[in-house]
Amino acid sequence: MIPQASTYAASIDNVIILIAVLVGFWFFAAEGVFFWLIWKFREKPGVKTEYVTGNEKHLKRWITWPHALVLVCDVFIIVGAIQVWYNIKQRLPEAESTVRIIGQQWAWTFQHPGADNELDTDDDIFTVDEMHVEVDRTYHYRLESRDVLHSFSVPVFRLKQDAIPGRSITGWFEATQTGEYDLQCAEICGIGHGVMAARIHIESPDQHAAWIASASEAQAQ
Amino acid sequence: MAFPKPQATLRSSTGIPTGRLAIWWVLASEVVIFGGLLGAYLMFRLGHPEWAESAAVTNTWIGAFNTFVLLTSSFTAVLGHQAAERGDGKQAAKFLVMTIFGAATFIGVKSYEWWYEISHGYTITSNGFWAFYYTAAGLHALHVIAGAVIMGFIAVDAWRNRELQRVELIGIYWHFVDVVWIFLFPLLYIAK
Amino acid sequence: MADTAITVHHDEHHAHEHHGPQGILKYLWSTDHKIIAMQYLFTGMFMGVIGAFMAYVFRMQLAFPGISVPGFGQVSPGEYNALVTNHGSIMIFWVAMPVLIAAFGNYLIPLMIGADDMVFPRINRLSYQIFLLSVIVLLASLFVPGGGFGGAWTAYPPLSAVGEYNQTSIGASMWLLAVALEFIAFLLGGINFITTLMNSRAPGMKAYDIPLVCWFIVIASILFMLSVGPLIAGAVMLFFDQTIGTGFYDPARGGDPILWQHLFWFFGHPEVYVVLFPAIGITIDVIATFARKKVFGYKLMLYTTVATGVLSFFVWAHHQFIAGIDPRMANIFTITTLLISVPIAELCFVIIATLYGGSIRLTTPMLWALAFMAEFLIGGVTGIFLGASGADVYFHDTYFVLAHFHYTFFPIAIIGTFAAFTYWFPKMFGRMMDDRLGKIHFWGTIIPFNTIFIPLFVLGMGGQHRRIYNYQHFPELAGEGMYTLREIATISLLVMLAFQLVFFYNCIMSWWKGPKAPKNPWNANTLEWTTESPPPHGNWPEGLPNVYRGPYEYGHPDREEDYWPQNLPA
Repeated sequence: MIPQASTYAASIDNVIILIAVLVGFWFFAAEGVFFWLIWKFREKPGVKTEYVTGNEKHLKRWITWPHALVLVCDVFIIVGAIQVWYNIKQRLPEAESTVRIIGQQWAWTFQHPGADNELDTDDDIFTVDEMHVEVDRTYHYRLESRDVLHSFSVPVFRLKQDAIPGRSITGWFEATQTGEYDLQCAEICGIGHGVMAARIHIESPDQHAAWIASASEAQAQ
Repeated sequence: MAFPKPQATLRSSTGIPTGRLAIWWVLASEVVIFGGLLGAYLMFRLGHPEWAESAAVTNTWIGAFNTFVLLTSSFTAVLGHQAAERGDGKQAAKFLVMTIFGAATFIGVKSYEWWYEISHGYTITSNGFWAFYYTAAGLHALHVIAGAVIMGFIAVDAWRNRELQRVELIGIYWHFVDVVWIFLFPLLYIAK
Repeated sequence: MADTAITVHHDEHHAHEHHGPQGILKYLWSTDHKIIAMQYLFTGMFMGVIGAFMAYVFRMQLAFPGISVPGFGQVSPGEYNALVTNHGSIMIFWVAMPVLIAAFGNYLIPLMIGADDMVFPRINRLSYQIFLLSVIVLLASLFVPGGGFGGAWTAYPPLSAVGEYNQTSIGASMWLLAVALEFIAFLLGGINFITTLMNSRAPGMKAYDIPLVCWFIVIASILFMLSVGPLIAGAVMLFFDQTIGTGFYDPARGGDPILWQHLFWFFGHPEVYVVLFPAIGITIDVIATFARKKVFGYKLMLYTTVATGVLSFFVWAHHQFIAGIDPRMANIFTITTLLISVPIAELCFVIIATLYGGSIRLTTPMLWALAFMAEFLIGGVTGIFLGASGADVYFHDTYFVLAHFHYTFFPIAIIGTFAAFTYWFPKMFGRMMDDRLGKIHFWGTIIPFNTIFIPLFVLGMGGQHRRIYNYQHFPELAGEGMYTLREIATISLLVMLAFQLVFFYNCIMSWWKGPKAPKNPWNANTLEWTTESPPPHGNWPEGLPNVYRGPYEYGHPDREEDYWPQNLPA
């Protein structure tokens, strides 16, 4: 899978692996039995079929036991998935910084707090199609849309959230790895949906401070 | 020349007449349609207490009169069914015509109502309440008109003592149209 | 024997008989369920060709961005959106439903229950006519100014509600109208199917003597009727938003875009079972015939299917986990969605168990039915990744979703159709299909199918999002490895499309020159095999049959032969 760059990316990948293991077991078991039966009971001259009604206890067992086991597997998956979901979408750890993200046809506008680390003040830094965050810092995002539905997606975070016009949706993330990565719109938003490509720059504290400084200067001019 | 019915139409493995079975399924799907629309309206209404202002404009007396008209027309439909059961096609047809007359009255009153509201500036695009008001009542009115038209055809057949079993079926449909209105009336007229 | 004049409709063909209106009028005006079935079948297959052409165009663009696609030209971003929107809509509403439900339902239900027609033949005719109108409206929408609707088959507002946003305002409203007409056609059709199955059965045919394919088509019709209502209401509201400027879905005017999503998916999820159940029913009947085996647990199959249908009403918001719904709701829908895997898994196990103790002949229809199970299992298990909210956060709107639903829809709409078509062709057209060509077509379809969609799973896992016309704008998705995967998928599609020519050739040559089909070429038990191939008008002119046993009495110990037709007295 692609790089894990957020605190919860690994837990999402782990749920995916859990599902893959459980589901993979059932898949290969079912396909295996399926193909084995096709081979074993292929037409043979002189061999008549068995008259099986499905009420035979010794055969029904082969349905009822797997059936119950599927349910047990489901419970494991449900628990794992809900734990991960709770962490990403239901809880909101305290923010060290907040960023506003505005989607529109067809670009992303990012409103970063400036040097004062407070949003909606005069020194805020506005960028288009590039988001700058500091590594190992807990961010809140406020996601908005100016027109239609968009969706803020950062694959390396494993994060996704739809943006709805008329609402400001709050969520959180914490990056764990520096670098520059894709940021995509994940909800078809018209003809330009495919060109709403943005990049997220995850920076070390020094790099981030340097960016704030140079970006503020550029904005002041 | 009357359409030759296949034997399939005359059978009844369940013991219930085929036409009646069919009309109940029609009603089931209609219930979900109106249920969806009214459910959506309810959710919006609960979330928009300011709609009460718009709701206050609807004329409860006219709504009540129309309710009375529809209920009466359902009654005449029942009388028509009873006549059909007796094999009295001509009488059944007369009652169906009365029901159609009720439908026409309902539509007439509603037309006046809407003309009044629209001319006072309450159109479908005025706000969310009016959007639902015209859509829900409009969808209902379409069903009233369609039902009345079909009822006309059945009345013609009944007058000639033909297909009398259909009198009951259109009656069942008519009761449904009535029941939808029974839900619409409080939602659009009484809840202020 | 009936006259056979040849008329070619869109590369397809019909067989006629003398009854009622003659010539071209017969096709516009017949009330015979078999002719109406053919109308639906050929219209659906024609639309399948159109939908496949659209897939060809956009897959060429995806693998070779900027290319001038042969037969289309360069694909603009707007055209791309229209292509994917209409591909999806066409395949679900104008191929899967008309072929699996309307065509095979119309053809088989009266025959398999021993009736001479549907209970309301004129309403049956009306439903096809409304359906045909929906086809015309949809196809016309592709040629209006602005082009076909480009807001995806899910049509989320505000994009779908406002012309300035989607830039296909006329196409958008026509698309919506076409969908609404299709819904009405299927509501009417459903009434016929349900009532006919309930009431017009042959004397002696009790509920559990009905072939499962008939049950499943009727359960699907009931599911459709009970789920589509809210969407019809929602569609009326969307139409008003589009055309007269109401604000049902406009947040600026107190509306809510999420309302549409709920109304859409409340229908959308049961809808996938609406198309699944007929395909599974077909698979079961074909497997029973060619394994020469009673199905393992008829009632179990019936009950798990009904349970799945009921549960399907409670899972819809798994399509909306990250849509902005209350996050706590997501947990409820994760639970219900994972739980629905239980009856479906059980149904699959029971179908597989039917093979036990059988005597399996790998005829072409059987190959298709077995392939349905093998491929649908992939679709089913990959759904679990999407139903679990914690994993769906990553996979939502990626190609993983797309590969998942093609691994369910393709078996349903294509494999299921070919299973039914090759199985009932002798009955419908009075000729046997060439089995060798059938097998070439089978492998030439199944193998490329997998090499199209497995790469798409990989791309999805790599974070590739949907409905994007050109991945060159995304550095992480524009690498050589990714493009290789896209090319493999596209070239596989070309191969698969080429092999469909084998199918068309087989159809035409078999119909024209194939060996005449006997009444019961497969030695099957169900009633349709007791009459002529093809059946005359009225199905059994000498008298409708009575029924003495269930439909799957294969290999009965009391019988010399390994099958026991339903209509033979004890």
